[in-house]
Amino acid sequence: MSADPSDHAAHGHHEIEMPHASMRDYAIGFVLSVILTAIPFWLVMERPLGAAATATIIMILAMVQIVVHMVFFLHMTPKAEGGWSLTSLLFTVIVVVIMLAGSLWVMHHLNTNMMPPMHDTSQLP
Amino acid sequence: MTARTIAADQSVEFYNLDEHPHPEGHSTMLGFWIYLMSDCLIFAILFACYAVLGGNYAAGPAPKDLFDLKLIALNTAMLLFSSITYGFAVLQMQRGRVKGTQIWLAVTGLFGLAFLGIELYEFHHLIEIGATPQRSAFLSAFFTLVGTHGLHVTFGIIWLVTLMVQLGKHGLGAANRRRVMCLSMFWHFLDVVWIGVFTIVYLMGVLR
Amino acid sequence: MTPHPAPEAGPFLGKLSLNALPLHEPILIFTFLGVAVGGLVVLALITRYRLWGYLWTEWFTTVDHKRIGIMYMILGLVMFLRGFADAIMMRLQQAMAFGGSEGYLPAHHYDQVFTAHGVIMIFFVAMPFITGLMNYIVPLQIGARDVSFPFLNNFSFWMTTSGAVLTMISLFVGEYAQTGWLAYPPLSGIAYSPNVGVDYYIWGLQIAGVGTTLSGINLIVTILKLRAPGMGLMKMPVFTWTSLCSNILIVASFPILTATLALLTLDRYVGTNFFTNDLGGSPMMYVNLIWIWGHPEVYILVLPLFGVYSEVTSTFSGKKLFGYTSMVYATVCITILSYIVWLHHFFTMGSGASVNSFFGITTMVISIPTGAKLFNWLFTMYRGRIRFELPMMWTIAFMLTFVVGGMTGVLLAVPPADFVLHNSLFLIAHFHNVIIGGVLFGLFAAINYWWPKAFGFKLDVFWGKISFWCWVVGFWLAFMPLYILGLMGVTRRMRVFDDPSLQIWFVIAAIGAAVIAVGIAAMLIQFGVSIWRRKELADESGDPWGGRTLEWATSSPPPDYNFAFTPVIHDLDAWHDMKRRGHRRPVGGFRDIHMPSNTGAGIILAGFSLVLGFALVWHIWWLAAVSFAATIVGAIYHSFNYKRDFDIPAATVAAVEDARTRQLAAGA
Repeated sequence: MSADPSDHAAHGHHEIEMPHASMRDYAIGFVLSVILTAIPFWLVMERPLGAAATATIIMILAMVQIVVHMVFFLHMTPKAEGGWSLTSLLFTVIVVVIMLAGSLWVMHHLNTNMMPPMHDTSQLP
Repeated sequence: MTARTIAADQSVEFYNLDEHPHPEGHSTMLGFWIYLMSDCLIFAILFACYAVLGGNYAAGPAPKDLFDLKLIALNTAMLLFSSITYGFAVLQMQRGRVKGTQIWLAVTGLFGLAFLGIELYEFHHLIEIGATPQRSAFLSAFFTLVGTHGLHVTFGIIWLVTLMVQLGKHGLGAANRRRVMCLSMFWHFLDVVWIGVFTIVYLMGVLR
Repeated sequence: MTPHPAPEAGPFLGKLSLNALPLHEPILIFTFLGVAVGGLVVLALITRYRLWGYLWTEWFTTVDHKRIGIMYMILGLVMFLRGFADAIMMRLQQAMAFGGSEGYLPAHHYDQVFTAHGVIMIFFVAMPFITGLMNYIVPLQIGARDVSFPFLNNFSFWMTTSGAVLTMISLFVGEYAQTGWLAYPPLSGIAYSPNVGVDYYIWGLQIAGVGTTLSGINLIVTILKLRAPGMGLMKMPVFTWTSLCSNILIVASFPILTATLALLTLDRYVGTNFFTNDLGGSPMMYVNLIWIWGHPEVYILVLPLFGVYSEVTSTFSGKKLFGYTSMVYATVCITILSYIVWLHHFFTMGSGASVNSFFGITTMVISIPTGAKLFNWLFTMYRGRIRFELPMMWTIAFMLTFVVGGMTGVLLAVPPADFVLHNSLFLIAHFHNVIIGGVLFGLFAAINYWWPKAFGFKLDVFWGKISFWCWVVGFWLAFMPLYILGLMGVTRRMRVFDDPSLQIWFVIAAIGAAVIAVGIAAMLIQFGVSIWRRKELADESGDPWGGRTLEWATSSPPPDYNFAFTPVIHDLDAWHDMKRRGHRRPVGGFRDIHMPSNTGAGIILAGFSLVLGFALVWHIWWLAAVSFAATIVGAIYHSFNYKRDFDIPAATVAAVEDARTRQLAAGA
C-alpha cells in the first residue's frame, strides 16, 4: 500500500528521508514473528526434544526473530541513513557480544577460582 | 557579479552560494536510533548480570518454581499485537489520516497497558509467595531486567498519549510525522528486547 | 574520628538534619566561609552591574555550540581548582604523616578527599574540558552552523553542571564517598557505607552521565550529517576524526556505567543482592562491569587530544600531517581495541592464566596504534619549519612525557609484573603520567591554540611559558618519586606511614605539587593578563597561526552562524587549500540564515534533576516524587513547543560580513 502521491507533493522537496512502510512488510513480519514465537514456547512447554537441543533451537529462533523485527518492523536496510544505522547497529552488536562473552568468561574464571561452593564441604580439605 | 568565488588558477568553487538549508529535523531519526543503541547497551548489562548471577538461587526458588509460561505467552502476544497495531498507525500516517493514526495509537496503547497489567500481576504474585527481589541474586537480576523493560513500556505509553494529543493539536506536519516514526522505532525496539527476555529469562529459565 | 551512625529518616527532611553540616571540621568550615564570601561577592557584582539578564539570555539559555563550549571549559576550570585543592591536601598529608604523626587530616576526611579528587578530575574536569573543546571546534572544522540538536546540547551541559553541583554540595552538607573513585562494593554497599557519601557519588555521576551520553549522540550525528559538501570521511580533519571516535566510545560505554551504578543503587536503596556478599551476589561482577566502561573512558579522554596534537604539530611544522590515513586507522583500531582490555585493571582478582594472558596481550597490542601515532607526529616535524609557540611546546612536552607513561603502562600490562605493582603508587604514577602528560598537556595546547579563535586575541606568551615550565618540572618532581615508592611496595590511598626512610620521596612529591600550583597560578594570571592586554594581542585575521583547517576560515570570534556561505571542500587541509589556490571571500549575495532559538528548558529541567538527586541522596521521598514529576511534565511541556528556530535576516548577515570585510582590509 503506497502513500497518496499528492500528500508527498504537499510537503515539498525539503521532506526528510523516512523509511517507507507498507502493509505487506507489516503482515509478513507479523506472521513470521507469530510463528517464531509459537515454536519456542511449544518446544519448551511440550518438550518434544531434549534440553540441549531445545535450548539451541530456541536461541537460534530468537536470533532469527530479532532479524525479522529489524527488517520488517524497524525497516532496517543497508541504505538507511547512508548506511549509518546499520553500521551503528553492527558496532553495538560487536560491543554487546564482547561484553556478554567476556563477562561470562571472566566471571566463570573468578567463580571457579575464588568462590568455592558454599554448601559443598566435601571438597574442602 | 559580486558573489563570484571562482579561484584564480582553476575554476573551483569554494563556497556554496546557492544552498538550501538542511530540512529541519533531518538528523533526528539517526540521532534517535543511536540513542536506542545506547539503551540497548543498558539492557545488555542487565542481560549480562542475569546470565552471570541467574543461577545463584541462594537456596531460594528457581525459575522452574516461579514462571508460568502460559502467562508469559499471553504477555508476548499482547506485545506482538501492539507491534502490528503500531504498524497500522504508521500506515494511516503515511496516508495522511490524523484520526486513523490516533485510533491505532490508542489501540497500541491499550495492548501496552494489558502487557503492563499482566506483568504487574506476575510481579505481585511472585512477591506474594516470597520470591522478592531481595531474596536472591537470581531474583534481583530477574526483577531488574524485566522491570526495566516494563519501565520502558510505561514511558512508551506516556509518550504515546502525549503524541496523540499533539497529533490532535498540530495534525500530521513534518515534526509530528517524525515523532510518530521515532516512537515507532522505540516501540519496536522494546519488542526486540522482549524477544531476548522471553527466550533467555523465561524459556531458558524453565529449561534450566 | 568515627563516622556518625546513619540517622533515622524523618518524613519531611528524610535523613537530613543539622548533624549533616560538618560543624566539627575546621578545614571545611573555613573552606565554606571562603566559598560563601567569594560566592556572595560574585553574586553581588553580577547584580551590581545588572548582568543577570545578559547571562540568562546570552549564556544560560543559549543553544550556540560556541558559547556552550566555552561554558563547558569554565565548568572544567572551576572544578579543576577544586580537584587540585584535594591533590595538594593529599600530598601534604602524606608528606607529614611519618614517625607517629597522624598528619592533619582525619581518616574520615582523608578518604573523602582521595575519592573526590579522582571523581572530580575525571568526570567534572577532564570530561567537561574535552566536551567543551569538541563542542566549540568540531562544527567549525566541518563547516556547520551548529550541532545537530542545539537544544539537547544546552540540556547536556546543564545536566553535567547539575552533577558537578550535587558533588560540590556534598562538601558542606553531609559527606562524600570514602570508597575510592570507582566505589567498589562491598565497601560501597549499604552495610559498609551506611551514610550518604556513596549516594552523592551515585546521583552526581548519574545526572552528569545523562548529559555526557546525550552530548555524545549529538556530536556523532553532527559529524555524520552536517559536514560541508565535499568533505568525505577521509577528508575530515584529524581532530574531527578523533572526536567522532571518542563520542562513539561515550555512547557505547556510558550506558554501561549508568546501568552498573543503577544496580549498585538498587542494592543500596531496595536491598537487592547484585553486589552483596550474601544470597548469591557477586562484588566481583561490579568490578568487571565498571571496568568495561572504565577502560574505554580512558580513551574517551585521550583520543580528542591526540587530534589536537595532530592539528598543532601540522600547523606549527608548516606541513601537512604525515600519515593521515594511518592516523585515522590507528584511531579506529584504538576505538575497537579499548573494549577488549578491561580485565588488566584486575589481574590480581583471581582469573586463570588464560584470561590474564589474553587481556595482557590485548593491552600490549593497543600500544601499537598509539606508537604509530607518535611516529606520525615525529615524521610531521621532521624537516618541517617548526615554530615553538606555546601550543607546540605543550605538544613536545606531551611526546616526551607520554612515552614514559605509555611504557610504564606496558610494564603493568604484564600480569606477573602487575601482581607486584597492582594498587601501588607505581600505578598512580603511571596513570597520572598519561592523564596529565596526555590529556592535560593536550588541553593546554588546545587552549593556547584555539583561544584566539574563541576570543579574537592571543594568550600572553610570557606567563604561558612560566606556566609551561612550572607544570612540566612540577609534574616530573611530583610523580617520579611515586614510581620509586611504588617499586618499593608502597600502596595507594595510605594515610600514615611507619617507615621513616620513605618520607623524603613524599616530601619531593609535595614540592612537585607546589611547583604545579605555581604553574596553575601562572596560567590564571596568563588568562587575566591576556584579557587585560587584549588590544595588543588582538588578531584581526582570524587565522593567527597560519592554520590549515576550516575553523580558521572564519572571523575570530566567529559570527553566530559560523559561515555566511557553507564552504565547499576539495582537500584534506581545506583552509590551506583555499589559501593556496587564492580563493576569494564572498562579499555579497547573502541570504537569510536559519538558526535555532534559545530556550530556558535545558537549565530548568537540569535544575529539577538536581533537586531530584538531592532528594534521593537524603531520602526525602516527597521531594523526590515532586521533582521527578516536574522533570517529566517539564519535558512533555517542552515537547509542545513547535517553534524552535528563527531566521537571521540577510541584511543582518550582510552587516556582519561587511564589518568583517573592512576588518580584513584594515589588517591587510
